[in-house]
Amino acid sequence: MKSFNSYIGRPMERVEDLRMVRGRGTYVADVNRPNQLYAVILRSSVAHGIIRSIDSSEALALPGVHRVLTAKDFGTKVPVIPLRLQPLPQLESFHQPVLADKKVRYVGEPVAVVIADSAAIAEDALERIALDIEPLPAIASRSQAEAKRAVLFEEHGSNVAITWSAFRGNADEAFKMADYVRRETFKVQRHAAMFMEPRGFVAEWDEVAGKLTVWGAAKTAWHNRRTLAAQLGLALETVDLIEVDVGGGFGSRGEFYPEDYLIPAAARIVGRPVKWTEDRREHIMSANHARDIECDVEFAVSRDGRFIGLRGQIWADIGAYIRTNGSVGPRNVAQFMSGPYCIEHIDLKSSMLTTNKTPCGTYRGPGRYETDFIRERMIDLVAQDLKIDRVELRRRNLVADAQMPYPLASITPYDSSTELDSGDYHAVFDRCLREFGWDERSKLRGQLIDGYYHGLAIGSFIEGGAAGPKEEARLVLETDGALSVYIGSSSVGQGLETIMAQIAADAMEMSYDKITIRHGSTSYVKDGYGAYHSRSTVMGGSAILLAAEKLKDLIRKTAAARLGCTAEQIVIDGEQAGFGGEHLAFAGLSDEPLEVEAEFFNKKYTWAYGTQAAHVAVDPGTGHVKVVDFISVEDVGRMINPLTLHGQAIGSIVQGLGGAFLEHLVYDDEGQLLTGSFADYLMPTASDFPNIRSITVELKPCPNNPLGAKGAGEGGLIPVGGVMANAVADALSHLNVQPMELPLSPPRIWQLVERAEAARSAT
Amino acid sequence: MHVKFDLNGRPVASDVEPRTTLADCIRNDFGQTGTHLACEHGVCGACTVLVNGEAVRSCLMLAVQVQGDKVVTVEGLSGDELTPLQAAFRKHHALQCGFCTPGFITTAHALLSHEPDADEERIRDVLSGNLCRCTGYVPIVEAVLEARESYRGSGSK
Repeated sequence: MKSFNSYIGRPMERVEDLRMVRGRGTYVADVNRPNQLYAVILRSSVAHGIIRSIDSSEALALPGVHRVLTAKDFGTKVPVIPLRLQPLPQLESFHQPVLADKKVRYVGEPVAVVIADSAAIAEDALERIALDIEPLPAIASRSQAEAKRAVLFEEHGSNVAITWSAFRGNADEAFKMADYVRRETFKVQRHAAMFMEPRGFVAEWDEVAGKLTVWGAAKTAWHNRRTLAAQLGLALETVDLIEVDVGGGFGSRGEFYPEDYLIPAAARIVGRPVKWTEDRREHIMSANHARDIECDVEFAVSRDGRFIGLRGQIWADIGAYIRTNGSVGPRNVAQFMSGPYCIEHIDLKSSMLTTNKTPCGTYRGPGRYETDFIRERMIDLVAQDLKIDRVELRRRNLVADAQMPYPLASITPYDSSTELDSGDYHAVFDRCLREFGWDERSKLRGQLIDGYYHGLAIGSFIEGGAAGPKEEARLVLETDGALSVYIGSSSVGQGLETIMAQIAADAMEMSYDKITIRHGSTSYVKDGYGAYHSRSTVMGGSAILLAAEKLKDLIRKTAAARLGCTAEQIVIDGEQAGFGGEHLAFAGLSDEPLEVEAEFFNKKYTWAYGTQAAHVAVDPGTGHVKVVDFISVEDVGRMINPLTLHGQAIGSIVQGLGGAFLEHLVYDDEGQLLTGSFADYLMPTASDFPNIRSITVELKPCPNNPLGAKGAGEGGLIPVGGVMANAVADALSHLNVQPMELPLSPPRIWQLVERAEAARSAT
Repeated sequence: MHVKFDLNGRPVASDVEPRTTLADCIRNDFGQTGTHLACEHGVCGACTVLVNGEAVRSCLMLAVQVQGDKVVTVEGLSGDELTPLQAAFRKHHALQCGFCTPGFITTAHALLSHEPDADEERIRDVLSGNLCRCTGYVPIVEAVLEARESYRGSGSK
């Protein structure tokens, strides 16, 4: 009888853990090359200014210092970093140079690179560089940007880099016809991915072979190789980027930063390997920031509580330059504001403002976290005004199964359209209410118990995944019967090796233990795409499925030649290829390894979706919020590994809670970053949010890929800000406290309570 | 300056600059790279090692301060077999990127060695000195709770 594998769907313990729990992982700071030198980077301490002079003579006089590289060492035109996504020609003037040349535009902008025998000597030398910057007025807020207190890019003449437009139907007509309109303004604070492992690189230039090797790649190694090779004038195949273990990414790590150029270029200049590891302060001021938006938005609603129109303006503070994926967040805020709800008429503009702050990029759920805060808050405000129960109001407006596929707003100027692929949004919504015990808990709403007011909230979300255009896999059946899987996906800590092995084992009907996943070198497949937009499982996994079909064909053909039958007559079972009574084991089937390649192309995003409910308790005296219970229910189509998926969900939710309550990158009016350490930038700890639950379901498989899976891993975080703000408002409903800004920090909640009480006593 | 100490059960010695941190010394001089540096200002706990059985932040301690001491890093906790604590981390998926993991394991090991009956609140309180960006802590606490049993009755491990 034929046996079938079923690794997919099982909570397999991870293969990665065996090295990581014993301290045997290899992260980039653990990579060393013979004869290496160390780099440190001099960064601007001024937010906006003209570089008058850089005097390195005292630094160079220090024993052990080899070079101090400044912009003039990189030719007449300092290389700039091109955009990876939405590469519009009108954004070219905002690209970041790899070193500041004449002007600095944010605190932390690289100005010089010191190369020395040790990192300590290089840091000593850094202190001896005399950097003279003439300060210019800085732009540190939307009002300063709009008033043109200064203009970051004089040739552009404005601090508005670009305005995105999301549109559907005819919003102005809808607003004219509407029974009811509500308009509000919202703010989401600047915060960041803040992954634990600092960024770093080790670069080595082999003069004889003309080959550059760079350790420390992540996320998008192939794209970064193309960028780096072009900047250095090298042929693509002479550059290899290598990904070792990666200590977290969340959208930020692995994008092309100035150091992605500077360290390899330095290695080539000095002719020795060069190693660089950032410290935390550097990380906070140099890696991508995110989420910094303001919004003025209107909802048009019919008398019976149907959303009919959505209109408004978003201002996204994107910092000093537009980085590789800098448009994604601001675009998503506009395009995905309608979320899982039917809204036929949409007109949203999203303007990207340049300011003298660290540039922004994507952070898990980019734009979605912000836009869900705005939308879910608006829904609760509408419910309150129209006196419709907020659960019922959401039910009336969720996209119905029968409406699938449901198109979202289109976006311009880098045109894109997408549609919700499948789902039973109402079923997941009702499941969440049941699991949470909504009706029973509702008795506690507004109650003061032991000094805390209790409140509830519910919110729904969509999570896009599986960005195209393609992913690549190469399968090699080794002569000993083991299977090597080379994949263009990359690992940022999500358990890629385990998940891909599960998929490959089922596809090849092989034992999981015989499979090795190889990822992380640009030499492994021709053209990989990597890990972003929750795409690895769907894109990389589907590529493995296609390659496995090809490999089985090749195995049949090879076996048929030996057994004297046709390939169609060969039956593959239990790592054997057989015909009649004869069976050939995979081990020894061929004298040479059997090798195939396949690409999976995809133009359609997957749309996972879900609902979350929260119960909070608010101390009106301190503004402290306790999360009493939190539950998330999400449909991902098909689970590969419930253990790792559950981990993604819980981890993502807690990151979202960090953004809702704690995390804030604060600047003063002159563009100085005030939160430069983990003592100032607060992240969740083990004692903050103990009560988090997550349920994953497989209701509606994705119709657009062979696995049926939908990208997941960001979703848990997406609605958290909105759900928390609504729960706080619910707890403090007797005061009509309405948070319109994140984070919901104790001082902010306390102030809202104080103001509400003052207003109440005045009347 | 010359410093001699016991690292993971074997005597080691090195000539270090007075300013060299214990973390840099054990990583760079002795190749024990399981100890990770994530903040270098004593907040995140990724660099936690055991000095004479106590959990300390090796980024805040100078190498010369461990003269004659017993230092154990995550590499020194297990041989080829995972310890019950490490196995529990794997079983409960208490790590994703794995970068903070050595610090959590050394911290939890020190806690359970001293207090094998620590309850969930105590465990959360002690672990709140370590930052993890991936897991949301729920599975880490589950793993430590499960590993308590192996520390009971056997004294300090």
